[in-house]
Amino acid sequence: MGANPQLNAQGELQHLLTIEGLPRSLLIHILDTAEGFVAVNQQEVRKVPLLRGKAIFNLFFEPSTRTRTTFEIAAKRLSADVINLNISASSQSKGETLLDTVDNLAAMQADMFVVRHAQSGAAHMIARHVAPHIHVVNAGDGRHAHPTQGLLDMFTIRKYKGEFHNLRVAIVGDVLHSRVARSQIHALTTLGVPEVRVIAPKTLLPGDMGQMGVQVYHDLAAGLHEVDVVIILRLQNERMRGARLPSSQEYFKYYGLTAEKLAYAKADAIVMHPGPMNRGVEIDSAVADGEQSVILPQVTFGIAVRMAVMSILAGNQG
Amino acid sequence: MNNLSLPDADTLIQQLAVRMLPDMTDNTVLVGMHTGGVWAAEKLHPLLNPDMPHGSLDISFYRDDFEKIGLHTQVKPTRLPFEVEGRDILLVDDVLFTGRSVRAAMNALFDYGRPQRIRLAVLIDRAGDRQLPIAADYAGLVLQVPGTQHIHLIRQEDGQLMLKLVDL
Amino acid sequence: MKIQIKQGRIIDPQSGLDQVGDLCIAAGKVLAIGETPEGFHPNKVIDASGLVVCPGLIDLAVRLREPGNEYRATLESELLAACAGGVTSLSCPPDTEPPLDETGLVEMLKFRAKNLNLAKVYPIGALTQKLAGERLTEMAELRDAGCVGFSQADAAITDTHVLMRALEYAATFDMTVWLRPQDAYLARGGVAHDGVVAARLGLPAVPPTAETIAVMTALLLVRDTGARVHLCRLSSAAAIDMVRQAKAQGLPVSCDVSTQHLHLSEMDIGYFDPNCHLIPPLRSLRDRDAIRLALAEGVIDALCSDHTPVDDDTKQLPFGETEPGAAGVELLLPLNLKWAEEKALTLVKALASITCGPARVLGLDAGRIALGLAADICVFDPDAWWRVESGALKSLGKNSPFMGYEVRGKVRYTLVDGQLVFEQHEACTSPYNSRK
Repeated sequence: MGANPQLNAQGELQHLLTIEGLPRSLLIHILDTAEGFVAVNQQEVRKVPLLRGKAIFNLFFEPSTRTRTTFEIAAKRLSADVINLNISASSQSKGETLLDTVDNLAAMQADMFVVRHAQSGAAHMIARHVAPHIHVVNAGDGRHAHPTQGLLDMFTIRKYKGEFHNLRVAIVGDVLHSRVARSQIHALTTLGVPEVRVIAPKTLLPGDMGQMGVQVYHDLAAGLHEVDVVIILRLQNERMRGARLPSSQEYFKYYGLTAEKLAYAKADAIVMHPGPMNRGVEIDSAVADGEQSVILPQVTFGIAVRMAVMSILAGNQG
Repeated sequence: MNNLSLPDADTLIQQLAVRMLPDMTDNTVLVGMHTGGVWAAEKLHPLLNPDMPHGSLDISFYRDDFEKIGLHTQVKPTRLPFEVEGRDILLVDDVLFTGRSVRAAMNALFDYGRPQRIRLAVLIDRAGDRQLPIAADYAGLVLQVPGTQHIHLIRQEDGQLMLKLVDL
Repeated sequence: MKIQIKQGRIIDPQSGLDQVGDLCIAAGKVLAIGETPEGFHPNKVIDASGLVVCPGLIDLAVRLREPGNEYRATLESELLAACAGGVTSLSCPPDTEPPLDETGLVEMLKFRAKNLNLAKVYPIGALTQKLAGERLTEMAELRDAGCVGFSQADAAITDTHVLMRALEYAATFDMTVWLRPQDAYLARGGVAHDGVVAARLGLPAVPPTAETIAVMTALLLVRDTGARVHLCRLSSAAAIDMVRQAKAQGLPVSCDVSTQHLHLSEMDIGYFDPNCHLIPPLRSLRDRDAIRLALAEGVIDALCSDHTPVDDDTKQLPFGETEPGAAGVELLLPLNLKWAEEKALTLVKALASITCGPARVLGLDAGRIALGLAADICVFDPDAWWRVESGALKSLGKNSPFMGYEVRGKVRYTLVDGQLVFEQHEACTSPYNSRK
């Protein structure tokens, strides 16, 4: 398993599974292409004929209305046919294996699979299995990666900050369980952001964080000091049950982003969140809805970025 | 390469402007097609009417060769800072060859609205190579070029435009 | 049946013998080593020139998948695979379905294995009923039925009180308890080493402390109970250091490692290779290097394959959902030789970890070549290169992280009690032959 499974023999993007290992030029190409689609989304007819006749299957083994919807809108604006499949874990365990499902859909002339799964590596496994003309987009696998989210975050940062090479970015929260954080870290370091910080209690950080090229902080104020971009991660309620945190109240007190804490960052710092937000747990409403928040633009840009990814993939032959 | 047979781009643009000028109306807008058409339109704009609204169009998402070559070229955002609906559009490109780019440009424009009229101005009209029923309303020069050669519009560092014949 | 193995390089790690000569076998036992006695008229002559003649290999962990998992592998398929790998004796863990916790099951397994006339099977009995970690099995009865040790396989005993009583009871009958040390709570849900790869790939992690805490518990209980304990499949440098110290203090402990942990690290997971989903997880390069050193020093008593045939359906899943384990009984020898070459060890020394070393753990008089002893013999070509691929493996389990590797060392003949149970004549063709 030596070669990068995301690239075809010509070194072009065949699947988008993770940002790790992708060259900087490719990330820039995706972001630039997305700029073109932002313009499309402002047209009278918000649709281009690029993927006319292509069948894109949204395979969601883990429910997520939001992400599925943005992929669906993106595919439809590219004129592709979109088929949504929500495959619950229970029907999986009743005989048909994951790959049986994939084989069956491939037999229906699928051109692209957009995959969301609760297990790290699921998209890689499907990409390894499918015929060479089928493209796989990872829409989130376990704790591993959520590359389109990472890319739309980079798009947002570039929109508001212009460049990457002079930025200080802080990621706050449950890095351990977060595929979003991993994709952001790889994207930020690949794009040349000199200082990426993660801020969390030790129970929400993986064991070997330093090797990923980030600085670890346990104190929110210290970690936010003079940063340009603050990314807040979602804290899932089940984390309170696994002896990782005592309560959401204590978490909010020490790690929740309030206006007072945000003041440690640069005055023009932007605040991002991949959604959906837990107001009063990881972020205060005043900040979420405040002037520095770019959380809603993130969602808008997400459609353009996903259009860019899908059209670049569809144009590359296996 | 053979630059001798190609005229100076600026001269062509000036000649084009002279012929286009009588047909300008208050409702006319100028739209250059990326990339050469945008450069040409930028030069034409002050010669025609400096107050005329103008924009740029990228046709990457409307090309009919996507299946063959994918989305590799640099996509430039389309910028049309006016209502397309009901407008008299002057579409500008550097070279009219098969007509496929113009077909894509017209499709793109219609996704912004229904123009009242679209006319086409090009620096070079490669006669005899058309694959679609499309013709230029204004052509700087009509030229027969062997199929083994391409004509490129190049922008030099000082902003000067230059036409180049390139062997494939 | 009289067999003469002519002019092979005879190696016996136990005695340190390494000489070219003949090995004569009669009535299932070794009759002569070195010179063929006058008047010896063999029924069969094996030309072993250029080949190594060594004791049949002993593998401490081979899952035969019977009873209960015959769809994955059968006793016959896996014992054939063992013979093809030069393995003449093996022990199998009790995690069958049902587990080996009743004498009837053990007797049936022994009986069926014996009838196949292939490698010898030494079952490890279940330490607790149904491996549930609550009630002790009838260990003495199971021993009489043929169990050579008792273990929980990969199911830890979480109740330390039960573990202590189990060790005491086993010590009463002078039986060895095999423990695969892993703290059930710290390992819960984990599928990879708690290191850089798990952090990057977002895989739930098992910290090395899960192993060291369990090893420490086991060593303290050994001290208290006097039980003999064999620690299986160690994976971390820290745990190995603890065993090193315990041995220096004279505690009755032994340990083994798997061929996977000898050669691979967390890095080999690459892009979620399911064949690298193992229990315990592949750890850091530092841990792997410590294992390679400790095996050479003899701190680790034996190298085993931890052979676990898994079918495709349970490997073609997202990494964390795949069934852990690697098939590898046929790779025990080549992977031992690979380690020997990389560590510049003599064959005498290297082969000890798969012959006399594991024999001592099992308490068997085997794993050596001696006059009058059962003729369990492996004859292999130390210079034959071959490629690990599905078709080259007899086991029904094709789940090997070493797929695609070019390895050196091919078994030509395997004898169990003087009977030829495997032979392969054709020369291996490999581009490496000319180079080496």
